Amino acid sequence: MKYKGLFLFLSGAGIALVLGWVVFPLALYRTEPQPLSFSHKAHTGQPASMSCDSCHEFAEDGRFLGIPVVDQCAVCHAEPVGKTAGEKRLVEEFVKPKREIPWKVYSRQPDNAWFSHTTHVKKGALKCEECHGDHGQSESLRPYQVNRISGYSRDIWGPNISGIPSQPRLDMKMDRCLGCHAEKNMSQGCISCHK
Amino acid sequence: MEQKNKARYGMVVDLDRCTGCGNCMMACAVENNLAPAEKKANDRTGITWMRVYAMNNGKAFPAAETVFVPMACQQCDKETPCIAVCPQNAVDRDPGSGIVGQVPQRCLGCRYCMTACPYHARYFNWSDPSWPAGMEKALNPDVAPRMRGVAEKCNFCHGRWHAARARAAAQGRSEPDPADYIPACVESCPSRAILFGNLDDAGSEVAKACQEGNCFRFLARLDTESKVYYRSAKPWVREMAEGNRMPSGKDGNLS
Repeated sequence: MKYKGLFLFLSGAGIALVLGWVVFPLALYRTEPQPLSFSHKAHTGQPASMSCDSCHEFAEDGRFLGIPVVDQCAVCHAEPVGKTAGEKRLVEEFVKPKREIPWKVYSRQPDNAWFSHTTHVKKGALKCEECHGDHGQSESLRPYQVNRISGYSRDIWGPNISGIPSQPRLDMKMDRCLGCHAEKNMSQGCISCHK
Repeated sequence: MEQKNKARYGMVVDLDRCTGCGNCMMACAVENNLAPAEKKANDRTGITWMRVYAMNNGKAFPAAETVFVPMACQQCDKETPCIAVCPQNAVDRDPGSGIVGQVPQRCLGCRYCMTACPYHARYFNWSDPSWPAGMEKALNPDVAPRMRGVAEKCNFCHGRWHAARARAAAQGRSEPDPADYIPACVESCPSRAILFGNLDDAGSEVAKACQEGNCFRFLARLDTESKVYYRSAKPWVREMAEGNRMPSGKDGNLS
């Protein structure tokens, strides 16, 4: 056979590509369910039309309070709003017993990274969407994927398994921080952002 | 692009005020998540970012005198020895604050920096840190704990610096209020022996103090321009700081 070598090479390359691009990400990431379904759109859209910082608040001392505590949900959701099963679970399992909802945080950074939302939003005038994309407009929570080796969320590496950043950028790696800092002539020292 | 200094933080330690109580060592350990020393730990293997040494003038009573020297990273500004030798870029001088910052997660554990440091201010994690059960809950979330096999040192309480910068941003200021950024050792000193502040701010207490006549740096002849100054009215202390003769401790070593 004339093309035996070529055929073997192409089929080998094909298998390797499928393994690398399809099987490897499936093996690397484990999908974990969120404890409740949540629609950002229901909160930011009509009629509630809340802004990001109505729930994700900034404290006066410069801290960012992140995902709201269940008491904050209770301001509106002390009793079920609507008749869905999720709503009933929210009130009965979390709001009434005052148990915090164990959300899985897509953008949780490693322990040694320090990031001040206050500095970036108040002083740097960055919009939430610039790093978090259209998360605030999403109808439901997308699956939370965790790296089996590092334990970090897939959002840190970004959706593209090759590590080549997509445009607009969706990853949250250090080179993205550094790129923006270099562009805006902000601090490049390690200790500025590492704790 | 090299940034202009916004601040250059430094310290002045008044050795005539220091009583050697060790409060600074304790406060530092609590602030920076230093695990309690292991049973087998000794002077060489224990980790104390801030360590109080005792020096005496080697004379017999009644001429005997002792001073206590709180010694942390001296934050060398020029040709910083640990930066020069690190093969990993795990330590750098922050251009905005002058802080010589150690990033332990980058460290490969060669301990070159510990050899290079003229002040013995660097420490190595010979084993993973461990806290007595329940004590992990008291860890400071602003400082990442280190792991086995990496070097670490004083970063001028960078966790507090971060918090002060975030507070400044919340209040619309570009630089932290000096009152918001005080390292743990400075805050805990009962005899107010340590001053801390921006050396480039001519009005700050620390900038004035380091210009005074009895102020000196340890091993100034090495010309590393350390940002931790000491002061003492005793000439023998200043002479010893030059490193021309060994301080005499209990057994001829620094105790």
